[in-house]
Amino acid sequence: MTLATREALLAFRRAPMLSALSVTTIAFSLFAFGLFGLVALNIREALSKLEDRVEIRAFVGDGTAIESSAAALGDIQAFPEVATAALGDIQAFPEVATAALVTPTQALERARSELGEFSDVFDAGILPASIDVRLKPGFRDPASVRAVAARIRSYEFIEDVRFGEEWVEKLYQIRNVATIAGTVLGLTFALVAVIIIGSTIRMAVLARAREISIMRLVGATDSFVRRPFLIEGALKGAMGGTVALFLTWATNEIIGRVVFSAEFFDVRLSVAGIFAGALIGLVGSAVSVGRHLKSV
Amino acid sequence: MIRFTRVQKVYPRTGVALDDVTFGVGKGEFVFLTGPSGSGKSTILKLIFADELPTSGEVKIANVSSATLRHRDVARLRRKLGVVFQDFRLLEDRTVEANVGFALEVTGAPASVIRPRVARLLTQVGLASKAHALPPELSGGEQQRVAIARALANDPVVLLADEPTGNLDERATRGVFQLLREINGTGTAVMMATHDLDLVKRSDCRSIEINHGRIVFDTGDNSPGVV
Ligand SMILES: Nc1ncnc2c1ncn2[C@@H]1O[C@H](COP(=O)(O)OP(=O)(O)OP(=O)(O)O)[C@@H](O)[C@H]1O
Ligand SMILES: [Mg+2]
Repeated sequence: MTLATREALLAFRRAPMLSALSVTTIAFSLFAFGLFGLVALNIREALSKLEDRVEIRAFVGDGTAIESSAAALGDIQAFPEVATAALGDIQAFPEVATAALVTPTQALERARSELGEFSDVFDAGILPASIDVRLKPGFRDPASVRAVAARIRSYEFIEDVRFGEEWVEKLYQIRNVATIAGTVLGLTFALVAVIIIGSTIRMAVLARAREISIMRLVGATDSFVRRPFLIEGALKGAMGGTVALFLTWATNEIIGRVVFSAEFFDVRLSVAGIFAGALIGLVGSAVSVGRHLKSV
Repeated sequence: MIRFTRVQKVYPRTGVALDDVTFGVGKGEFVFLTGPSGSGKSTILKLIFADELPTSGEVKIANVSSATLRHRDVARLRRKLGVVFQDFRLLEDRTVEANVGFALEVTGAPASVIRPRVARLLTQVGLASKAHALPPELSGGEQQRVAIARALANDPVVLLADEPTGNLDERATRGVFQLLREINGTGTAVMMATHDLDLVKRSDCRSIEINHGRIVFDTGDNSPGVV
């Protein structure tokens, strides 16, 4: 074990109360951050679920030869080659996740199931066949949707293309606002956490000011003096992060039991959170020790 | 090896602490710094171990000049010096052995070097049997010996002692002074600030007296280059 690691661990043993206090403070500031993260995560989840429903519906022209033959047979095999080829084309668009043909019969069934008691207002044949296109994530913004819709519209047998323009627009705005608000709030929380952690480490530094002055007296370099504090800070940050993760998880569980169950961070995010704690501890320490070293 | 040239030190709040101080200390010399309280003795020592920088003039230690000293050179300079104080400045929660070894650890020395060296240093200051004691379990004289052992750890060219016997009784004072003379005998220059004029008179060593930040007399500055 290196000297710096040993010194860092020694700090925990020699000042257990102060260390526990630091870890608790870090844990609570990261807990607040974690709760915020959880809310942000769930809003994002919800938005992306909504986004999944962004769909372009291209109606195949009424009365065309293609349409009527398909309608008559009510199945895709009967669809003339030109439409099936177009379907293949559309599927190959880089923005397109899936493109599926909906025959009039299928459209009718869907309408009936969606409308429930009003289902019998429809008669077979009223609804046109359509090609339903879903887009890949990242291409669900209004501009991309519009571009794809325009391209589909250019097929001569397509009579009309609909994609709920206003709805897509609004969703996109909400998502932008949520992203910006999330980033700003997240950075603020992280900054507050860094400040809190920095000041608890500052206490640890002050508690050992005598030791630092002796180290410097006997010829320790600044980086040598700094190292144990950086390790200590990172360790406290990681410990605080772990406690915060647990608290966040417990809160999530309780909310899940009492109110509604929400998404929790996946393993990757959880590990990243603990690392973020360690990083914040490291930065807080570096700032505190740096300031102290400059002042003496 | 130590050379002060027209050194002035002005502290921000208290004003002039040293004024036009010029002297030199050669290899292996033993020099007392005397003078009333507040005259500037500690300030001279602080300038030597770069705890303070001169306001004007130059302090040159082992070819390192205060004029060109950068923050990161300070650590290297201090490894060439040993410093002891009236209040010992030991780490109270570490054994005698650990306190002495500390000065070697900060230089990155491996444990295989530290262990025998610490043992030798403790023998030199007469504390081999107290290696595992904690400083509060020792007498004042013994604690000062630990501090001296620590100061010697990196084989300094100069040992600076700021009233090392200030907290000690008569007998312990003589013991510590004797030890400093022995260390001086091995070729290490010693510069010792003290109020103990009897000690100075009895010993026949060079002494520099300061008053109000100026040298009032120097019993033996025969080093060249004094302006
Ligand atoms: N860190 C400091 N900041 C401001 N003024 C200081 C500082 N250290 C010393 N002084 C001032 O410089 C002058 C000389 O102080 P110094 O400590 O060198 O005296 P000294 O001779 O060592 O005294 P003593 O015998 O009491 O230890 C004093 O007037 C003191 O007030
Ligand atoms: Mg003094």
